[in-house]
Amino acid sequence: MAGLELRGIRKDYGSTAVLKGIDLSIADGEFVVFVGPSGCGKSTLLRVIAGLETVTAGDIHIDGAEVTRTAASDRGLAMVFQSYALYPHMTVHQNMSFALENMGIAKAEISSRVDRAARMLRLTDYLQRKPAALSGGQRQRVAIGRAIVRDPKIFLFDEPLSNLDAELRVATRKELAALHAEIGGTMIYVTHDQVEAMTLADRIVVLNGGRIEQIGTPLDLYNRPANLFVAGFIGSPRMNLLPTELVRGEAAGPAATLGIRPEHVEPCAEADADLTVRVDLVEQLGGETFLYAAGPNDVPLTIRCDGQSRLVRGDLLPVRFSRDHLHRFDAAGLACRPEPLLARSHS
Amino acid sequence: MTGKLRRLLLARRGGASWHWTDVASYGYLALGVLLMFGPVLWLALSSFKTPAALLEFPPSLLPMAQSEVSVPGYPQPLPLFRVTMEDGSVRELAQVRRVGITAQMVDPAAPGQTIRVPADRRTPVRHMALAVENYTDPLTQFDFLRFLRNSLVVTVVATIITLLINSMAAYALSVYEFRGKKLAMLGVIGTLMIPITIILAPVYLVVTKLGFVDSLWAVILPGAATPTGVFLLRQYMLTIPRDLIEAARMDKASEWRIYARIVMPLSMPALAVLAIFSVMWRWNEFLWPLAVLTKTEVHTLPIALNAFQGELQTQWHYLLAMTVVTLLPVALVFAFLQRFITSGIANTGMK
Amino acid sequence: MTDTMRSHGAPARGPSAAAAAVTTGSANALMRLTDPPMRAVQRLIGAARMPYVFLLPNLVFFGLFVFLPIGINIVFSVTGGTALFPAERPYVGAEHYARLLDCGSYLEAASCREDLFWRGVGNTLTFTVFQMVAMVLFSLVTALVLNRPIRGRGFFRAVYFFPVLLSPVVVALIWKWILQRDGLLNAVLTTAGGEKILFFVDPGWAMFWSVFVSVWAHMGFYTLILLAGLQAIPRDVYEAAEMDGTRPWRVFHRITLPLLWPNLLVVLVLVLIRSVQVFDEVFVLTGGGPGTATMMVVQYIYATAFANQVQNFGLAGAASVLLGVVLFVLTLIQLFLTRRRAS
Repeated sequence: MAGLELRGIRKDYGSTAVLKGIDLSIADGEFVVFVGPSGCGKSTLLRVIAGLETVTAGDIHIDGAEVTRTAASDRGLAMVFQSYALYPHMTVHQNMSFALENMGIAKAEISSRVDRAARMLRLTDYLQRKPAALSGGQRQRVAIGRAIVRDPKIFLFDEPLSNLDAELRVATRKELAALHAEIGGTMIYVTHDQVEAMTLADRIVVLNGGRIEQIGTPLDLYNRPANLFVAGFIGSPRMNLLPTELVRGEAAGPAATLGIRPEHVEPCAEADADLTVRVDLVEQLGGETFLYAAGPNDVPLTIRCDGQSRLVRGDLLPVRFSRDHLHRFDAAGLACRPEPLLARSHS
Repeated sequence: MTGKLRRLLLARRGGASWHWTDVASYGYLALGVLLMFGPVLWLALSSFKTPAALLEFPPSLLPMAQSEVSVPGYPQPLPLFRVTMEDGSVRELAQVRRVGITAQMVDPAAPGQTIRVPADRRTPVRHMALAVENYTDPLTQFDFLRFLRNSLVVTVVATIITLLINSMAAYALSVYEFRGKKLAMLGVIGTLMIPITIILAPVYLVVTKLGFVDSLWAVILPGAATPTGVFLLRQYMLTIPRDLIEAARMDKASEWRIYARIVMPLSMPALAVLAIFSVMWRWNEFLWPLAVLTKTEVHTLPIALNAFQGELQTQWHYLLAMTVVTLLPVALVFAFLQRFITSGIANTGMK
Repeated sequence: MTDTMRSHGAPARGPSAAAAAVTTGSANALMRLTDPPMRAVQRLIGAARMPYVFLLPNLVFFGLFVFLPIGINIVFSVTGGTALFPAERPYVGAEHYARLLDCGSYLEAASCREDLFWRGVGNTLTFTVFQMVAMVLFSLVTALVLNRPIRGRGFFRAVYFFPVLLSPVVVALIWKWILQRDGLLNAVLTTAGGEKILFFVDPGWAMFWSVFVSVWAHMGFYTLILLAGLQAIPRDVYEAAEMDGTRPWRVFHRITLPLLWPNLLVVLVLVLIRSVQVFDEVFVLTGGGPGTATMMVVQYIYATAFANQVQNFGLAGAASVLLGVVLFVLTLIQLFLTRRRAS
């Protein structure tokens, strides 16, 4: 187990810059999730850490030792691939012991480690099977097992759940969280799914266009997004973003854009209303209801209500915004705060 | 005629009833079987005939030999004939000698009395006889086993070397990006265009300088690096997911171990195709060994056969038998791997 | 990804399974032997330079037995004497080329200074033309027949294919045995009331049988390529044509032939390249005879360099260079066509 330090990491493919200066420090035992839209550079960053890609500039330190030029096989990291990358010609047992054989570990020790990992992952009955004879979830667990037996300094996960169906994804997510609690290794996890990020991470790193937009705990990001990108990216349904002048009493401040999460938009009496909106679509989920409405100038507004609603399409609804939960962003898209909790990381 | 051919070529699939074009198709195929299998069958049948039977004209279909009997009073066994006598009866007589158009015959049951009969009144009494000595004699007389062994050594060793170095090169050219890769690819394509036929003398010089003349290495080494093999394997290796190779790197495998433990096992189908090709090439190779193997001890089977057909013009019985032995391994390999070979060739378009 | 994994991971059937079992066993032992030194090499030069290590053996072989000989061949072609070692050979310039190309009329081999070479060229051309026509015709017809829904297609395909695997020497001897004076064919001819024919004494017959035996031996290979092409033509194209009421000849002419054309081109060029290089079967079958009636270019080169009393490497080298240029051009065409077929 170890900590990781990235300093000024840049990666260019020809004239295209994929990573534009990444500084990041990950503590020993932390579960860090890289999240961002596709093409933001999160997978490249993971591969750079793994040693599967070389950097154009910057350096990488693991446990204080510089590894920027060290080959992937010598960095002591383990990776779970999106495709799982199980060796199709080897049994589950051979898949899990391959790395240990490469490290020259004694046969008895290999067996006991593989058996332990197999028990932990409920794979004991499948050790002699080949990957083709396993279900998607089992293959996924073998891929994780292959990483666990190594007892690596850092675990790297590259969108490991994206090939599973929805139900299995939720189940495996829970198992991963339990696994981290049990073995407590440093884990770096790449995903485009913000629910995975929110549920798994100690800290989330939001990437966009090759830069870090914000780093923080899940609730930090949710409650105090540093900029419009993070505000829009984290949270589902997305945060509502409105021009300042639409909201009573807000036009005077420095903010250009206001953000309000759907659960903080409250239906109210007409007299107290910040806005009156027209309901376009009602999604009844039973325990909660989402209203998709349009305000003045057809500004879209999503409202989350507890329980069930009687509103129907076309109804007019006066709403007010909880001032405690109003997010204010300046013209550059940065959060307006007396003292910003986390500055936007400009390189 | 053209109309017939036309319908034959064009008739479409489907249609449950027997169209006459179906009959024509099967006719064509039956003729094909006769033409393709017939000659080999004829060779096999002939290889079991005695030298005397081989000289017969017209030849008999099956290996036959004339029956002989020992008759008291004659030191040699005498050939047996069926003779139609003047009275129309048919007797089996042994022939003592033939003088012009008459033959002196003797009845084996009554050896005392010789009978003169016109030569055209008798037909030989024959029985089926397999001249197995055609196969066994060359073993003792002509060092046939040595040629067989030479051919085996060349085929096996050359195929192993080919598989090893071709797969290594294919691995480098499929998995890595490196400076000079394009040049290396170009070099491989270049060698594709240069058959050994046109650089016979210079290769001979190189082999001489390396001290390999009249050793089997002279045949094994020059053809070991095949552009065809590199292409075939590279094409296949390109389909192996890159993730597997990166996963192995993350698993702390050395590059050599990735080649040997991941890429090679996964390329087994392509390696098998190349192995079969290589065996075929080597077992049948002719021109180069002919040029470089001058000493009889190092001859391979095809060279030995060619030498025999020059030297032993009259000894067809041995030649035919040895041809069958040369053909047999290939026939066996084909019988077992037919589907595999044909699909391999159809997929790669190479041989 | 899952599909690729499945195809790679599917239990291997047939020979590859057996081969796999044997190889994994020996591979493990080999691994223990080879891994430590290779690991040391990787440590020494770095993983990024390992591809050169993998490439090296093959390139050494190519260098020694292909590239170096090509250079020596060119040196041979401009030097004289009987020595094998280039340094001992006097420079003669283009003399060998001039000798090869010195002709009264290129259509008349006898008018050439090196008449044997031109006889070889003429024979090879004749052989090539007839062989190409016959080979393409027969393999196309056979492929079309085999593409029909017939019973036992696998068997018939195998029947046509198996001579491909036979050694050229074996092929030639099989037919030599049938075609000899007292052979099977003459027996059939005389039984049918004809006269014996001395096939290898008559130049025309000798060339005919050279072509015939070549086609017999190799048509299975080309049939296979064409059959693969035919089977790649989607069935619904034919069904659409049938719905349109297209007549059979038109289906062949307007659908089968155009869609098969790329494969047909490849076959044409492959046959061409192989014909130009023909040697083995014809040499064993006829010995180049009667006289020089079936002596091909390659036999001329072989004889000039090795079999003749005076080994003339210079002349053989010059002839090889000329043949090499022709093959080079033909192969370029083939690569171009193959690439186009692939794209």
